Amino acid sequence: MSKVDGLPPAVEEELTESAALEAELAVAPALVANSLGDYLRGSFARVRGGESGVLPVVGGLILISILFQWLNSNFLTSRNLVNLLIQGSPIMLLAMAQVYALLLGEIDLSIGFVSGIGGIVTAELVKQSTGWPWWAAILVALIVCAFIGAVQGTIITRLGLPSFVVTLAGFLGLQGVMLLILGNGGSVPINDKVINDLASGNLTPTASWIVLLLVVAAFGIRTWRREEGRRASGLVAPPRSLTLVKIGAALAAAVAIALICNADRGTLVPIRGLPWVVLIVLGVLAMWTLLLGRTKFGRYVYAIGGNAEAARRAGVRLATVRTVAFTLCSFTAGVAGIVYASRLRSVSTALDGGTLVLYAVAAAVIGGASLFGGRGKAIHAVLGGLVIAAIANGMGLQGYSAAAEKVVTALVLLAAVAIDAVARRGRTAR
Amino acid sequence: MTTEVTSTLPPAGVPAGGAGGALLSLRGISKHFGPVQALVDVTFDVPAGQVTALIGDNGAGKSVLIKCISGIHSPDDGEIVWDGKPVHIKNPLDASSLGIETVHQDLALCDNLDIVQNMFLGRERVQHFALAEEDMEKAAGETLTGLAVTTVRSIRQPVASLSGGQRQSVAIAKAVLWNSKLVIMDEPTAALGVAQTAMVLALVRRLADRGLAVIIVSHNMNDVFEVADRVAVLRLGRTVAVRPAAELDRQIVVDLMTTGVSTRAVTPPDGKGVSS
Ligand SMILES: Nc1ncnc2c1ncn2[C@@H]1O[C@H](COP(=O)(O)OP(=O)(O)O)[C@@H](O)[C@H]1O
Ligand SMILES: [Mg+2]
Repeated sequence: MSKVDGLPPAVEEELTESAALEAELAVAPALVANSLGDYLRGSFARVRGGESGVLPVVGGLILISILFQWLNSNFLTSRNLVNLLIQGSPIMLLAMAQVYALLLGEIDLSIGFVSGIGGIVTAELVKQSTGWPWWAAILVALIVCAFIGAVQGTIITRLGLPSFVVTLAGFLGLQGVMLLILGNGGSVPINDKVINDLASGNLTPTASWIVLLLVVAAFGIRTWRREEGRRASGLVAPPRSLTLVKIGAALAAAVAIALICNADRGTLVPIRGLPWVVLIVLGVLAMWTLLLGRTKFGRYVYAIGGNAEAARRAGVRLATVRTVAFTLCSFTAGVAGIVYASRLRSVSTALDGGTLVLYAVAAAVIGGASLFGGRGKAIHAVLGGLVIAAIANGMGLQGYSAAAEKVVTALVLLAAVAIDAVARRGRTAR
Repeated sequence: MTTEVTSTLPPAGVPAGGAGGALLSLRGISKHFGPVQALVDVTFDVPAGQVTALIGDNGAGKSVLIKCISGIHSPDDGEIVWDGKPVHIKNPLDASSLGIETVHQDLALCDNLDIVQNMFLGRERVQHFALAEEDMEKAAGETLTGLAVTTVRSIRQPVASLSGGQRQSVAIAKAVLWNSKLVIMDEPTAALGVAQTAMVLALVRRLADRGLAVIIVSHNMNDVFEVADRVAVLRLGRTVAVRPAAELDRQIVVDLMTTGVSTRAVTPPDGKGVSS
């Protein structure tokens, strides 16, 4: 075959072998950029191409914080910020649960009541008359929740039913189960100290510093090793300055959290230290980030969300991966439920699984996960949950009604989905 | 044409040759679906190091034949001889363990995954349960460089951002990554523009020059004469002709496709002749 002729010069250029050899698998200048500026330019190109990452939601959070602080100088006090973290943690956890379903291009409507079941099982097992130790109660509660997810996942995958309908049935059925156990308008109080401390206990200030610095050290060493290794072997990697910026940002965040949490926020008695619940959220975040980002299972979840047929042809066992994802989704909802019950020190029929699940979806989407599958990370859920908690908290401080709070949350959600849709359009335009 | 590039490469697969030099021989393959006789006594050879074009009108049975080779259908009758030995290809895994990779018409790429992730999908390398990203990135990079697929900006960009030709190239490179010996492509240029078609055809040529056997399904005559060494014509499920491309021209092929016979003589090649 002869050299391709009759093409525009630019195309011809790309096709010639000499150009190809020179380019030596031309890696994007943006991605082997040696300067931070080059890299940022590359990142903005990717944002425009639909790879928005966490920048929009972090920007949003900063804006919201400035706005509320300007409206009410109590917003950025240590007491309020810690409160905000504790209030927001169930939604952050539920949103991380929902990310599993969203990544597959599915939805799990049941997780609000699954979390309720998680709370009830824990409460019933630790109450005086049953008297189980706290850890056994939590273990059993999580197993029950995971089992519910496995059953729903199995029905969805083996019978080929839409997740919307199956989990809607789960939503109704589990609400019924809750009413049955609690009785109409009933509740189960929790008196176990450890369980209650999950949401209201704190580390000592010294322990808080140690834990946070260890987390940063682990993150920093891992990031440095990996990116330095990639640079050394000439693979696609960010410039060293960006690695340093990342680690610096993590350190700054940890120091800020430590200072905020270690400041005295008590009214009558001094209260200091990092709330346990922050560690729970960070722990779940770390686990799901590793599982989704670094394992075969995680890769397959993304592949199925992107193109299930392609995954099937590549030998991925769709039914198994989907079922496991729904199981992990419900498991995480169970963690959220236990934290929620711990914060209220009881479980009651007032638990509104419908609102919870919809807030979880909103949080994941505000954070940057896509409703169309294949795009999203656990960190998006956490950041989105923070946005929702910040809005609720800030508007509450200002004395706005629940009505106003819902309207603002709705607007933020719409803005987030619009950004996602626009990014998607940029992405598919070839 | 591509010798400057290919000569710097290690050969990807041993240019295997069984009896008679053919890597794959189809002997009397038949397949029916209920009353529909999709393939009748299909017989032809696919040698290594050459591009074999499989052409025929719509409904001639091209896709069914490919599915028989790649393990999606099993033939009712006939024999598939691979590297001199009769084989039974019962599923796609059997096919890939023999070294047969198929690039389907609807590419089967995940838009949200990057090039490396797509190339290794389903066969990721792992180390202590974690994905061995660097390993995979290097291997993918080497394969793409080896095939001179260099128009992509970064092998870490999602395939959603690639052009149609680049996507096709990734799909082909994915097939080559597995030390495959036979790569089958179903209409690889059907959805592409002129420049991209040229890019993909050049890639097809390079595969054959590396010693792989290639089957390319097409009903675009330009593509066939640009890249094929041999042409197999299917009509109503039967092989009506299997000849070197040099002994055919467009008009003869059209005759064969539509009537099954041609009485014409070959007109001299029109400059776009075949290599090899
Ligand atoms: N799964 C199937 N079930 C029934 N008939 C089929 C099936 N696949 C193909 N056929 C029939 O076999 C014949 C050949 O089809 P195909 O191989 O797809 O043609 P083409 O050469 O256009 O790719 C057609 O008549 C088609 O209707
Ligand atoms: Mg076909």
